[in-house]
Amino acid sequence: MLDGFLALYIFMLAAFTGYEIIARVPVILHTPLMSGSNFIHGIVLVGAMIALGHARTPFEMAIGFIGVLLGAGNAAGGYVVTERMLEMFKSSKPGKGRGEAK
Amino acid sequence: MAWIQTLIDASYFLAALLFILGLKRMSSPRTARGGIVWAGFGMLLAVVATLLLPDLAHRVLIIVAVLIGVAAAWWSGRRVAMTAMPQMVALYNGMGGGAAAAIGASELVSHVQDLAALNGVAVSDNGSLLHAAAAIAPLSPVALVLGVLGALIGSVSFSGSLIAFAKLQGWLDRRFVFPGQRVVNMLVLAAAVVIGVMLATGHLTLALICAFFVLALLFGLLMTLPIGGADMPVVISLYNAFTGLAVAFEGFVLHNEAMIIAGMVVGAAGTLLTQLMAKAMNRSLGNVLFGNFGAAAGASAQAIGGSQKPIEAADAAVMMAYAERVVIVPGYGMAVAQAQHKVWEFAQLLIARGVKVKFAIHPVAGRMPGHMNVLLAEAGVPYDLIADMEDINPEFPATDVALVIGANDVVNPMAKTDPSSPIYGMPILDVAEAKQAIVVKRGKGTGFAGIENALFYADNARMLYGDGQAAAGQLVSELKSLDG
Repeated sequence: MLDGFLALYIFMLAAFTGYEIIARVPVILHTPLMSGSNFIHGIVLVGAMIALGHARTPFEMAIGFIGVLLGAGNAAGGYVVTERMLEMFKSSKPGKGRGEAK
Repeated sequence: MAWIQTLIDASYFLAALLFILGLKRMSSPRTARGGIVWAGFGMLLAVVATLLLPDLAHRVLIIVAVLIGVAAAWWSGRRVAMTAMPQMVALYNGMGGGAAAAIGASELVSHVQDLAALNGVAVSDNGSLLHAAAAIAPLSPVALVLGVLGALIGSVSFSGSLIAFAKLQGWLDRRFVFPGQRVVNMLVLAAAVVIGVMLATGHLTLALICAFFVLALLFGLLMTLPIGGADMPVVISLYNAFTGLAVAFEGFVLHNEAMIIAGMVVGAAGTLLTQLMAKAMNRSLGNVLFGNFGAAAGASAQAIGGSQKPIEAADAAVMMAYAERVVIVPGYGMAVAQAQHKVWEFAQLLIARGVKVKFAIHPVAGRMPGHMNVLLAEAGVPYDLIADMEDINPEFPATDVALVIGANDVVNPMAKTDPSSPIYGMPILDVAEAKQAIVVKRGKGTGFAGIENALFYADNARMLYGDGQAAAGQLVSELKSLDG
């Protein structure tokens, strides 16, 4: 399904989406956002799983295994770190922040 | 079995949607917490869907690897102190880059085997060639190019992020500079690109693939080593964008739309975020990467007149206790010493005495933009006492005492006065404008960027030597003894 120009369109639209989402973000959120986007490219785990799942030789399996290990680390670590950071933001402004959040 | 494929495709679509919505929510303080949860659901969905793929082999091995990776990262991510967050982001980002590179490597290696198999078939029996080709389906030319490109970017991000991690963790001290470094770096990159082009145009051998990855990893290493610690946040953010791109390219190779969309969104968002960060530090990206931070620092060893004048904790406490306005300027040093709780206790005592206290935060205080806000929030400092640089700078002349604790380069007046200084032009907090500045500092050495600070020698500055935690503790007890 994904060949030639169709993929190019997806690349382009996704790039604009990312750009637009981040534009005009307050400075205090830069670190959590970096961490959050770090988590999102943890989707590489899925690719590594597919690569390992299609491996035919021990060598390919070894590469794939390392890939899955690293990808899983990216996803899990990225989630935990981001979640911890954002949790702190909530508790920091008990009056104002919580009222707005709900 | 068509319905399973549909279910999987739908899951990927939903995952991509959740990623975008999650990121959108994360870009506003009010909804940020929900955002990561949404994105987390997307990830879970995509991973489970992948396990359902009908032609997937080695399922047990996959699950084992996922469990090990998740357990290790979860454990380390839970355990790490808030101050160490930036390097953990670097570490996890590097792992993502490594995973993308591994996908590229695995695809290239299997492509080599496909070609060998095809050649073998062509020699033995022409009739079955078509059949074999259809079954094996080697990579298309575009997929090959993008796969190689993704592997290159992913490898650079992997080794570069690990160096960034080691530097922020304090395992690798200072910059690593040697003459002709830029030329060597460019040569390594050029060699990697040349081999990459050979791979992408079908000159595939196992030896070339190995050489390609070694060179790509080496380039990431060499590129990051000379960059000073103060610039690391920008670099980490850049590698974050790199990994996103690599993931998108490998997603194309694997025909996985969720990877393409998530990777590309992060690639673009990360690039913009990198620019925003560089701007906050008044440094261009090119300057950071191929920068003259090191070169200029050597030339600008400009002599600073005067001497550092020490002050005792008791005197400092009295000075602030009877001041009208006190501005506290925290820096990374405070966070390292875990002094934020003591500092906040001290500030509360001052407030109880009727002193107007504010915290002034430089855009790049800490190790990343926003990092210091997170750390102060952790200590319980209310949001409305924390002021940004633009808001607080006009107030310094009317401030009686500015207490600098663990900050250095962001209060260095040489950024304004000395054009040869490597930090010249960086916006700073005008602490020197306050009637009195008290600097809590461990010793007489230079700061994180290795630059002398003219503030420490100013007539209105007093040095309170000591560890941030201990000094804040002393200030608290002196203040308490004032009240009897």
